[in-house]
Amino acid sequence: MQVNGAWQPTIVAFCCNWCSYAGADLTGTNRLAYPANVKIIRIPCSCRLNPLFILRAFGRGADGVILCGCHPGDCHYTTGNYYARRRMTLLFSMLDFLGIERERTRVEWVSAAEGAKFAAVMNDFVRQITVLGENKRLEDFRCK
Amino acid sequence: MQRIGVFVCHCGTNIAATVDVAQVAETLGKEPGVVLATDYPYMCSQSGQDMIENAIREQKLTGVVICSCSPRMHEATFRKTVARAGLNPYLLEIANVREQCSWVHKDREEATQKAIILGRAAIAKVTLNAPLVAGESPVVKRALVIGGGIAGIQTALDIADAGFEVDIVEKEATIGGKMAQLDKTFPTLDCAACILTPKMVDAAQHEKINILSYSEVEAVGGFVGSFRVKIRRKARYVDETKCTGCGLCTEKCPQKAVPNPFNLGLDTRRAIAIPFAQAVPKVAYIDPNYCTMLKTGKCGVCSKVCTVGAIDYKQQDTLEEREYGAIVAATGYRPISLEKYGEYAYGQSPDVVTSLELERLMNAAGPTGGTLLRPSDRTHPKTIVFVQCVGSRCEEDGRGKPYCSKICCMYTAKHAMLIREKYPDTEVYVFYIDVRTPGKNFDEFYRRAVEEYGVHYITGQVGKIVPENGKLLVQGSDLLAGMQPKIAADLVVLAAAIEPDPSARSLATLLTASMDTNDFFTEAHPKLRPVESPTAGVFLSGACQGPKDIPETVAQAGAAAAKVIGLLSRDHIVCNPCVATPNEQMCNGCSSCEKVCPYGAITYADKEFRMPDRTTALRRVAQVNPAVCQGCGACTVACPSGAMDLLGFSNKQIMAEVDAICR
Amino acid sequence: MQVKEKAIELLSSGKVSRVLGWKQGEFCYDLTPAVFESAEEVERSFVFSPLAGANLAKYLIAESRKEGVVAAFLKPCDSYSVLQLCKEHRIRRENVYLVGVPCEGTVDPDLLRENAKGLTAVREAGGTLVCDTLYGEKRVDLSAVLLERCKVCKSKKIVVFDELLGENGEENPQSTRFAAVEEIENLTPEERYAFWQKELSRCIRCNACRNVCPACSCETCVFDNAKLGTDNKAPASRFEEQYFHIIRAFHVAGRCTDCGECSRVCPQKIPLHLLNRKFIRDMNTLYGQYQAGADEESLPPMLDFRMDDCEPSAARGGKQA
Repeated sequence: MQVNGAWQPTIVAFCCNWCSYAGADLTGTNRLAYPANVKIIRIPCSCRLNPLFILRAFGRGADGVILCGCHPGDCHYTTGNYYARRRMTLLFSMLDFLGIERERTRVEWVSAAEGAKFAAVMNDFVRQITVLGENKRLEDFRCK
Repeated sequence: MQRIGVFVCHCGTNIAATVDVAQVAETLGKEPGVVLATDYPYMCSQSGQDMIENAIREQKLTGVVICSCSPRMHEATFRKTVARAGLNPYLLEIANVREQCSWVHKDREEATQKAIILGRAAIAKVTLNAPLVAGESPVVKRALVIGGGIAGIQTALDIADAGFEVDIVEKEATIGGKMAQLDKTFPTLDCAACILTPKMVDAAQHEKINILSYSEVEAVGGFVGSFRVKIRRKARYVDETKCTGCGLCTEKCPQKAVPNPFNLGLDTRRAIAIPFAQAVPKVAYIDPNYCTMLKTGKCGVCSKVCTVGAIDYKQQDTLEEREYGAIVAATGYRPISLEKYGEYAYGQSPDVVTSLELERLMNAAGPTGGTLLRPSDRTHPKTIVFVQCVGSRCEEDGRGKPYCSKICCMYTAKHAMLIREKYPDTEVYVFYIDVRTPGKNFDEFYRRAVEEYGVHYITGQVGKIVPENGKLLVQGSDLLAGMQPKIAADLVVLAAAIEPDPSARSLATLLTASMDTNDFFTEAHPKLRPVESPTAGVFLSGACQGPKDIPETVAQAGAAAAKVIGLLSRDHIVCNPCVATPNEQMCNGCSSCEKVCPYGAITYADKEFRMPDRTTALRRVAQVNPAVCQGCGACTVACPSGAMDLLGFSNKQIMAEVDAICR
Repeated sequence: MQVKEKAIELLSSGKVSRVLGWKQGEFCYDLTPAVFESAEEVERSFVFSPLAGANLAKYLIAESRKEGVVAAFLKPCDSYSVLQLCKEHRIRRENVYLVGVPCEGTVDPDLLRENAKGLTAVREAGGTLVCDTLYGEKRVDLSAVLLERCKVCKSKKIVVFDELLGENGEENPQSTRFAAVEEIENLTPEERYAFWQKELSRCIRCNACRNVCPACSCETCVFDNAKLGTDNKAPASRFEEQYFHIIRAFHVAGRCTDCGECSRVCPQKIPLHLLNRKFIRDMNTLYGQYQAGADEESLPPMLDFRMDDCEPSAARGGKQA
């Protein structure tokens, strides 16, 4: 994303409704700052995150994608984040295998009480993506 | 054609101080489909809500986006507002521009830009929203309690007292469970039978409670509010309606060599028996494995002595099908088998007993009439060794359980205390890893055993027990003294770990209730929903959920009953409309979705489909029960064809949000 | 010709109403799957040789839903695919009669043509391919022209059959099929990126990989699904082809038996099987050995979990920078 002529990373954060979205709300209630690059999409559970959405985000210009869910064992739906954990582990490994920077994708478990953690995670993630720069790794040769 | 209204809230200065609300409204007003975009100091105020209502009516809005505080705060409020104006409440989306924008960003320009993007995402999503209607399903006002121990009895009594019918299904011939076999209870030392049997009688006499003893659940269909359960009533060869429980047959039966299960095989009884004196129902039953008449067709003594003609050798199992609104699992526990613990000589010497066997040996209704005698020679044991944690907290060797069985420390202190009280000349040793006594009056109780009753507690495990010249040579270790004491004991009591009753596993499958790796039922939430199973309408009571003592079991039984009452007191259940929904045209019928569903909401049906070549073909397709689905979405990702989608959070909606954010 | 005779026997005895096998394709080195409805038809055009590389499993989805019993000849690889499809309720097992055929590997037609320039006809004789070429007869050792998947064959065991022609083989735990994956993992992220960008940028999106893949047997593919919004007639971003192949590999993860058909049919020679093998290898190392199609009961890793599974932060696609 270009802001005033300078590149700014676009970060999509998928947050589960029960823990992480509430945790992000708490970040706000506590007035803890994190960069505006982060845009949150609410999903019912981390297991709702389809890899299609992550690739779609990258395809449309996201520079980093992060999934936040309840801590393992605390899922509102009991098992959702366990499935999400396997899916994301395999998907991230595959993206890394294809040479797409491992640091562009992340999963963090953030409970409804961890407002401070949410802010810390987002600050760190935005810093990391800013260092990596614009996401160019997903382009087709022929489009250059 | 979409007609979307955007309402930007100032939230006083909470939003407006950091976000240029007028600019947000102006920019979003130019988005395709948006016919109205405005800002207002307090959208959630009466006048703010009136404004939204009026706008919906006047502008004939098809969707509403509110840029305000978190949907967790006011989504429900605004859904009602929208509904009042005649629009489906699910045609509303909230852009969280307070908690996740104005409160976390300082730069006005940045925050305004982000608010616009969040607004765009909400517009993109609401454009794809479909009107959703929360379904309703009726509630059958009857509960089923599976298991008739103290947990099941208490749950049933509490539900019945609230005026609902309850059936208790118990696989044994009587209710009462493990508690009926106990002698005294800690930490008060009151007699188990004295406090349990009145409750059994209460249950039997309660007009709302129907006890189905000697029965098992065979099949479960349906879902919360209307489960259909098939119950097998095992043949007891005695007509339950005729038997008066006089017990004459149990005295005359010539087959005397039947190990008595109530006394854990420490004595024998007849082939026809009443489990114990206070059994409920007090009706005899014949053990077909021992009855001469049933095995060879020759005998018939019981039939001859029965004055009411209750004996029926031709009785068959029967199946009953009943409907229930709620099911409570109360299947309880049992001590683990000690087969693999050869070093403790259990099975080699009759004087090595489990704690539950000791309960019977000390019980007035037990095989020794309450006098503590060694099973081998019926003499008074003078030296007794207790071994703690036999199979508890030991996973490594594959023989035991990884968890703490919780009750052993306390019942051992109880046993030691009772023995020292009754037989002061007996020396009592307890080998333990550590003593765990968190509970009201528990630690005081344990300290009394040590300080007042002089029980010898030794920190360390027992390595080996060798039967030798009528004694049991116990070789242990005393970690504090750094010694290897050898004790010549007369009686050894093993605190065997407890495990879920084996019937729980198959029951969990029938109920599609989940279990942990130890076969204890899993709670819907370990802290906040401890008596509910993740499967809607299935509740948990007692030790089937985890090891617990009697007070905890009774407390949980009451809690489960309260949940059941809450469910049964409703006429209909309103379902969450944001549920998974399969597109049958695209479904492969591969069962992937079913395997990840934590609620068992997905089933399959063979349906006929018109194929492109005008033939019809039978295809297996997924069906979601909206009353059971909780809307997590696990299935939607497991589905490779994208046939399974989630209403309210559809693939297309989420991708529209992604596109709006990344554009 | 044992296979052909069995096909004739099955049809003429009335045991089955159709036979799924192979017939001659456009070229002499090209055998193509075909359904035979009579013994005469089999007599006339049924062909079986090490050139019969095509996996017949996927055809059984449609064939097993038709009237009557269909017989199919299964090489070990194919049998895994069939069992996997039975597990997914895609093939109606009661409508198929499966004849297991041991396999010594299938031929890479391109390699064969390199070894026998001007190829006009080919027949097999005990592990040797006797080739008629414009320049006279040429004998080529079968082992010299095997497909990559056959060189690193994972199993010669036929896991599902009603009848076996010959002896059943065994799994080959010594297979080096993951060596190529490891090789890529040992590259730096930049090199990996360069490798895959080069490979995937050749994709012409002909969908041959998808059409041949037994696991890609969805009634409607997500990439054709207008309802989902993921369908694309023309690439909407510069990332479209990568997107397709990643999702395709993800969707078949835990279901892919590693039959290697995707790479066999790719006209652009993109080593697509490496994507699938990467997933298989990761699942094996992270969640325990699992072979899709080896049985009908086990839960695939993607539909299962352990409470102590590793965290996604531990996911590594290879050497880090």
